[in-house]
Amino acid sequence: MLIGVARESQPGETRVAATPTTVKQLITLGYDVVVEADAGAAASFTDEAYADAGARIGSADDAWGADIVFRVNAPSTAEIGRLRDGSTLVGLLSPALNPELVDALAARPITALAMDAVPRISRAQSMDVLSSMANIAGYRAVIEAAHVFGRFFTGQVTAAGKVPPAKVLVAGAGVAGLAAIGAAGSLGAIVRATDPRPEVADQVRSLGGEYLAVADAEVEVSTTGYAKEMSDDYNARAAALYAQQAEDVDIIITTALIPGKPAPRLITAEMVASMKAGSVIVDMAAANGGNVEGSRPGEVVVTDNDVTIIGYTDLAGRLPTQASQLYGTNLVNLMKLLTPGKDGQLVLDFEDVVQRGITVVRNGEKTWPPPPVQVSAAPPAPKAAPQPVKEEKKPVTAARKYSLVAIAAVAVFLITGFSPSGLLQHFFVFALAIVIGYYVIGHVHHALHTPLLSVTNAISGIIVVGALLQVGHHDTTITVLSFIAILVASINVFGGFTVTRRMLGMFSKG
Amino acid sequence: MTASTAAQAAYIVAALLFILSLAGLSKHETAKSGVVFGISGMVIALGATIAYAITGPSNWPSGLALTGIGLLFLAMAIGAVIGVFKAVRVEMTGMPELIAMLHSFVGLAAVLVGWDGYYEVESRGGHPAEFAGGLLRIHHAEVFIGVFIGAVTFTGSIVAYLKLSAKIKSNPLMLPAHNWLNVGALAAFVGLTVAFVAQPNLGLLVAVTIVALALGWHLVASIGGGDMPVVISMLNSYSGWAAAASGFLLDNNLLIVTGALVGSSGAYLSYVMCVGMNRSFISVIAGGFGNEGATSDDTDYGEHREIDAAGAAELLKEASSVIITPGYGMAVAQAQYPVAELTRKLRERGVEVRFGIHPVAGRLPGHMNVLLAEAKVPYDIVLEMDEINDDFPDTDVVLVIGANDTVNPAAAEDPGSPIAGMPVLHVWEARNVIVFKRSMATGYAGVQNPLFFRENSQMLFGDAKERVEDIIRAL
Repeated sequence: MLIGVARESQPGETRVAATPTTVKQLITLGYDVVVEADAGAAASFTDEAYADAGARIGSADDAWGADIVFRVNAPSTAEIGRLRDGSTLVGLLSPALNPELVDALAARPITALAMDAVPRISRAQSMDVLSSMANIAGYRAVIEAAHVFGRFFTGQVTAAGKVPPAKVLVAGAGVAGLAAIGAAGSLGAIVRATDPRPEVADQVRSLGGEYLAVADAEVEVSTTGYAKEMSDDYNARAAALYAQQAEDVDIIITTALIPGKPAPRLITAEMVASMKAGSVIVDMAAANGGNVEGSRPGEVVVTDNDVTIIGYTDLAGRLPTQASQLYGTNLVNLMKLLTPGKDGQLVLDFEDVVQRGITVVRNGEKTWPPPPVQVSAAPPAPKAAPQPVKEEKKPVTAARKYSLVAIAAVAVFLITGFSPSGLLQHFFVFALAIVIGYYVIGHVHHALHTPLLSVTNAISGIIVVGALLQVGHHDTTITVLSFIAILVASINVFGGFTVTRRMLGMFSKG
Repeated sequence: MTASTAAQAAYIVAALLFILSLAGLSKHETAKSGVVFGISGMVIALGATIAYAITGPSNWPSGLALTGIGLLFLAMAIGAVIGVFKAVRVEMTGMPELIAMLHSFVGLAAVLVGWDGYYEVESRGGHPAEFAGGLLRIHHAEVFIGVFIGAVTFTGSIVAYLKLSAKIKSNPLMLPAHNWLNVGALAAFVGLTVAFVAQPNLGLLVAVTIVALALGWHLVASIGGGDMPVVISMLNSYSGWAAAASGFLLDNNLLIVTGALVGSSGAYLSYVMCVGMNRSFISVIAGGFGNEGATSDDTDYGEHREIDAAGAAELLKEASSVIITPGYGMAVAQAQYPVAELTRKLRERGVEVRFGIHPVAGRLPGHMNVLLAEAKVPYDIVLEMDEINDDFPDTDVVLVIGANDTVNPAAAEDPGSPIAGMPVLHVWEARNVIVFKRSMATGYAGVQNPLFFRENSQMLFGDAKERVEDIIRAL
């Protein structure tokens, strides 16, 4: 089948849906590729480079008339009309926000796949565009802030005086937030991060950031992999935290987004007003309403107290080469999934949650929204019921441990205390031997467990001692029983030691 | 020094030597001296006992002494011949059977010693001077407990032996209400003990022996083949407790010490094996996998890919690090010699070859290590799961030979899987995985293995031994 890579028509869009590298990968999957002339120009990919990779350079009609059309952005109404009947369109369609677009697509006998609707499951990570773009955007947000910020990020002691490091607060430790933490940290800044999901604390720390927990926050484990709206109580505490941090930090980068809802307002006008002059805020959620009061999508605003609020919505597109490469790779990974035969034939399998999830329109039939996908960190609730529920082992508290030991000690005391003295002495020996045995065996090398079994076999043949003292008794029954006992126990003693020696002889060092 | 104190002193020395013997096994370097300590301890203990029996104020009337000594040495000689003969002949793949059989002998001996005790004391009205007051009742209880543990060990080990040597099917036997049968047998034991302590008689002793024999048989029969590492360790533990019980009965500290050592050793190994399977001891005893409701397995895992021996050889040639993860299938196919040969060939080419051993691989704790040692694989490249698990991402090729559940990514990634949480070898993190398998059948746990359908894994079907030999030829 033929894949057409169409040029982006949206003003300011710098990305392209395929790069020479990904074109090669698509060809190995069995596809032919036609690239619209100058499609990659804004991302520094020349037509020659595409041609060298094996693509044909064609007109816009060639690209839009292909069996499969790759785009970054959603098509305009006119562009939808250019699609061939039965073709497949792949791009960032934002079906949840653009019902008109979905209807327009469904009016044509085509199939439309929304790359921004990939469910957040491990298997689909390699085609998760939101993650790959957020990663770039998070990095770029730091670069934009550094560009505007009038000081170093890193602290230095120079001949001209001491330079304090910049303090950066990252609100929301998703993919973008983590990328921002990493970028700001590697520039040398002191980085702090907030997030309603406590499980990200370790990820923040792993990138060198400091995780700020909202005081007494209720535990909120997300089942969708995304953050969700929080309670009023939580929001009040979080606001207090942000107000306190706003006075202290130099740079704030906000990344908080909730799927299908306007972005939460984290930074109020008062907090902005409390910041030091020259501070910078990057509102990565500006396109969705903004986390910061006073931010404007696509614009840079400077407040009265000289705080710069950056509201760029094309942060990923500001690294066009990188963004195109990652987006192109996401598309290749999708095509790998959709081309099980590696024969250039696209097969859409609705049993697969990933393929079902991204399909907005199938052959002119609207299939949006898909059934919800559980992104399980925990087993799905209905399925868990028939399964034996494995209880998490609770850590034994000190009090519980000591009381258990105490109960055991009392039990041993009572049992042995009422025993006759002869038996008592045996118990004493018995208990000590168990303890010694436990510690001695605990040190045995795992590779020697089989010799251990055979040697314990041999020495448990010591039971022969019991039989030895009974054989030759005047009572015939006893003698016969003892005779058999000695015989079998001797097999153990001799056999056990012999086989152990044989085994140990085989172990040799390389 | 009287004969009695001399014997006791010898027992203390022997007990210490046994402890040293087990301690020696903690390292490869000291393992052989450990066995020497064990043998010395045994010689001292036996010598002292025989000397004491001959010279001491024993219960042997002088007229029978010679016959007694003759019988004693005759029995030991026969036992020694059988034992050494078996030990020299056994294949390393047959070690589990041998160990199981040896356990059964300890159990049998404990039963016989218990019966002896009954005939010596209880059957004759039992009022020799030394059993004053409460001690006689204690003796009753000791006879009973010794016989019970011994008999459970005896039949349990025999069933384990039959299962391991494939003389009976290794599928778990599923009698209705099998857990209640076990509990019932225990309850019967308690009841019988109370009755026997009150009024000892032969009928009760026969009854408890039969109950215990049946319990041992049923206990192991209802456990499947893959749980055998736990069963073997458990029986090892029982055989120790049986010896300890005999020690209480015979008033012999050496038996008590040895029994306790062996008992705790087996218990510890069972614990290690259970951790290796992420199952509780109770759930292993209560029966095998797959009884907890069938697992819905209509998930589509996609297609698996196949590779031939020549292709595998190509991969290995280009690899710089290789990890081999063997399982019970390697033992079944007797593939350890070709595997060792392959290891030598690859190491000569400068490829780093190591082995990753899962704690429950095989049918016996440490089974894989012994097999590889037999084939002369150096023990310092044979690593434990925890030692090697972090190295898989840097590994070029992993060869999975006859292992299945122990390399199943579902255990780590799918919380709904029946084996979820079981520690496994993370082979799927390597760049290439070659799985040697006879067919696409599931492993012991009856769980499909998503590993086979991963992008980086390829299946090499057929008998593991022949396939490995093919690869050696292709190299």
